[in-house]
Amino acid sequence: MSGSGFLGNIVIVGCGRLGSSLANRLSQAGSRVVIIDRSRSSFSLLEPGFSGFRVTGDAAERNVLVEASIQEADCLIAATEKDTLNLMVAQVARHVFSVPKVLARVYDPKRETVFLDAGIEIVSPTRLMVDTFLAAVRARQESA
Amino acid sequence: MRVLLVGTGRILYYLARQFSRKKILVTIVTPYATEARELSRRTASSVLEGDGTDPRVLEEAGAYQADALLSLMPNDEDNLVVCQIANRVYRVPRTIALVNDPENEEIFHQLNVSVAISATRILSILLEEQAGFEEISRIVSLAEGTVSVSEVILREDGPAAGSTIESLELPAEALIGGIIRKGTVLIPKGGTRLEAEDRLILVATEASLEPALRILTGEPAA
Repeated sequence: MSGSGFLGNIVIVGCGRLGSSLANRLSQAGSRVVIIDRSRSSFSLLEPGFSGFRVTGDAAERNVLVEASIQEADCLIAATEKDTLNLMVAQVARHVFSVPKVLARVYDPKRETVFLDAGIEIVSPTRLMVDTFLAAVRARQESA
Repeated sequence: MRVLLVGTGRILYYLARQFSRKKILVTIVTPYATEARELSRRTASSVLEGDGTDPRVLEEAGAYQADALLSLMPNDEDNLVVCQIANRVYRVPRTIALVNDPENEEIFHQLNVSVAISATRILSILLEEQAGFEEISRIVSLAEGTVSVSEVILREDGPAAGSTIESLELPAEALIGGIIRKGTVLIPKGGTRLEAEDRLILVATEASLEPALRILTGEPAA
């Protein structure tokens, strides 16, 4: 969806490098973004042009998700540094609040398989990098 | 019976000690090396140092053979994922999670954790009961907290002493299940006249508890 506008309500959990980049891009593209982080200082990663909302709190708390208007969300992205937190928030979004589209970052591929049928989409940075590196290695072998 | 304990803190030691007295085989998974050493020195349990949210660690700890798993980590998200992995991958029949935030109790049930125990909630119920009206004590909650059984002691100057049960017009979903009078148990009927110092066993739904208590004691519930 890069470039083109995704007009909708998006909740992003975790304002680290990944969460803040997504928030900046989606906000620019015209989405209504709410970003949640435990520490207020993380919001400094947001660009001045970010027009969304910031919620300080622990996304494992139901109230914090409600404060971030999860009931109106079209999409939730769980992008904290912690696999278990992402998995919990994603499942709560999907099964308790019926958010239509839910994505979670999960670093450890061993955990990924357990949650493939949980109605959430899992993005594994480890797997993506492995695939990218292998493709690059193969391309080099083929050209040699 | 084989039980897996996942977590940190002294509670692991006390549980392991309690279980081994009951001849339950315990395996402990704990993330810190010092704690793991201490536990394996002080208990008869097998102890594994590792991250219980990692499926391979649970497998190594014998999750396939476990009859139950207790997850006692300080973060709710860890307890949830440990229980879900144990149940989905290793088919552990009974998974029990400590819930730190009482509002997550319901969520854990929805996400298929067999039992979610909130220490915060248990303690706050105990505190409210101690601080509240002494003539009312909640004995037990049933059906996920929607129905409760309480003991109500009638005071001499209360509104119900001297009345028959049918004249009280209790809410439809509140029932006096028994009367304890001077150490004997009476089966209540509509015409039974209540006396001061009677101990009533009151079964009521959440919605009808407060109106019933007001009729019996004149005071709203704490």
